[in-house]
Amino acid sequence: MTETHSFGVSPITCHAWNKDRTQLALSPNNNEVHIYQRSSNGWKLLDILNQHDLRVMGIDWAPNTNRIVTCAVDRNAYVWTQGDDGKWKPTLVLLRINRAATCVKWSPLENKFAVGSGARLISVCYFEEENDWWVSKHIKRPLRSTVTALDWHPNNLLLVAGSADYKVRVFSAYVKDIEEAPQPGPWGTKSSLGTALAEFPNSPNGGGWVHSVAFSQCGNKVCWIGHDSSVCVADASKGNTVTRLRTEHLPFLSCIWVGPNSIVAAGHSCSPMLYALDDNGQLYFASKLDNTQRKEAGGLSAMRKFQSLDRQARIETTDTALDSIHQNAITCVRKLREDKFSTSGLDGQLVIWDLKTLENSIAGLKIV
Amino acid sequence: MSATLKPYLTAVRRTLTAAMCLENFSSQDVERHNKPEVEVMSSKELLLTPVMISRNDKERVLIESSINSVRVSISVKQADEIEKILCHKFMRFMMMRAENFVILRRKPIDGYDISFLITNFHTEQMFKHKLVDFVIHFMEEIDKEISEMKLSVNARARICAEEFLKRF
Repeated sequence: MTETHSFGVSPITCHAWNKDRTQLALSPNNNEVHIYQRSSNGWKLLDILNQHDLRVMGIDWAPNTNRIVTCAVDRNAYVWTQGDDGKWKPTLVLLRINRAATCVKWSPLENKFAVGSGARLISVCYFEEENDWWVSKHIKRPLRSTVTALDWHPNNLLLVAGSADYKVRVFSAYVKDIEEAPQPGPWGTKSSLGTALAEFPNSPNGGGWVHSVAFSQCGNKVCWIGHDSSVCVADASKGNTVTRLRTEHLPFLSCIWVGPNSIVAAGHSCSPMLYALDDNGQLYFASKLDNTQRKEAGGLSAMRKFQSLDRQARIETTDTALDSIHQNAITCVRKLREDKFSTSGLDGQLVIWDLKTLENSIAGLKIV
Repeated sequence: MSATLKPYLTAVRRTLTAAMCLENFSSQDVERHNKPEVEVMSSKELLLTPVMISRNDKERVLIESSINSVRVSISVKQADEIEKILCHKFMRFMMMRAENFVILRRKPIDGYDISFLITNFHTEQMFKHKLVDFVIHFMEEIDKEISEMKLSVNARARICAEEFLKRF
């Protein structure tokens, strides 16, 4: 049903998969990015990308052009291309920011990417052939705090950004030097780079930092999660109406769409949750995807009691294990395939979830 | 456990669990720095509303939270002069060795006896639920510890006085 892979005790900041899902790039909460190859007996470390000086905050792997982009707290982003010998070569990107870069995402056509930063701006970067380097254009207004999350619209021209000023904004990210003018769509008609096409407060009265944003596959809906433990969806085809669901869990940190109307969100509660939209466009809680029971620690309990009295001079009343697979907050959720997704978190584990088998094993669960 | 202690500790535990949802967050103001936002307080939008939980007018807990750090300040029950002195000395002893306690702050904030500063680096290294357990355990034990110390101080004072008065 689920596969658990452990990559040591240090937290996994973020991870990304290559096109055929045989290789994995992850950052062990420092300035390095590790590339692993999946083999029959575990994971083989292929390469370590250590060009950054400080903690890596975002990794994205472009599936078709096979390039990796990383961004870090040292204010830099690198595009990594694989040479003929299989080694990865970095190219510095001129982000022109003076604070930490926080998140990075390739556009669907992989000709540009966006970097969010603590300098309260988004850099939209593209490759300039004549100078042979990556240049960036800035989206500044009306961002008022650190950009915490980004996602691209499937049409390659729109960008949604969540920030620590409690707002989610949809921007036009059309770069006129490299692409053709967009057609008017449900999100608006204006097209110059940096135009804010929509702005959604996380809640009418504040509502906390936005931790993750995601466009649906059709591109008309955008989902975001905030620090007030809410899941929200805005629909452009219905005049930007927002549907909100306040949940009883701890705040979520990452969300993805797993179907046209289904969202998986995971975060501080250590277990991924499935939310779905009904026919009226209202959000509802579908299921908790992690139904692991807490493992009973082996050995006699009296024996353990004496041991703990002997070693720590106190009787252990609770053991440390939580009743979920992840033992600490989940920070990154990635889509693996149509019916699979992967999560990684502060406990150094990477878990691959299969929605097909989950659908069969959990009564009444249906991915819509 | 007395009737009011349990709900008090439960309230603190629940609030701490919710407040300790921290993430890595680099400073928006200083380049290449990472500071606990609850200490620098430079960006208003990164702070949450502080929560104060009090059991009575002496015993209370202040939980101030931000995007990457949470500060927990505890005011311990001090019924009389001896308890006041004992509490002050004991807290001073611990705070002078703050680096060994990892999450202890070197100075308590005004009006409280002891403060803890928990950042996202601590929640990355340690289990969050165990950090919460530690703070609760500390609150349970500190009262016990101080009353025990008070008893032994009194007992010792009595012996001293007896020994002293034997001379007359």
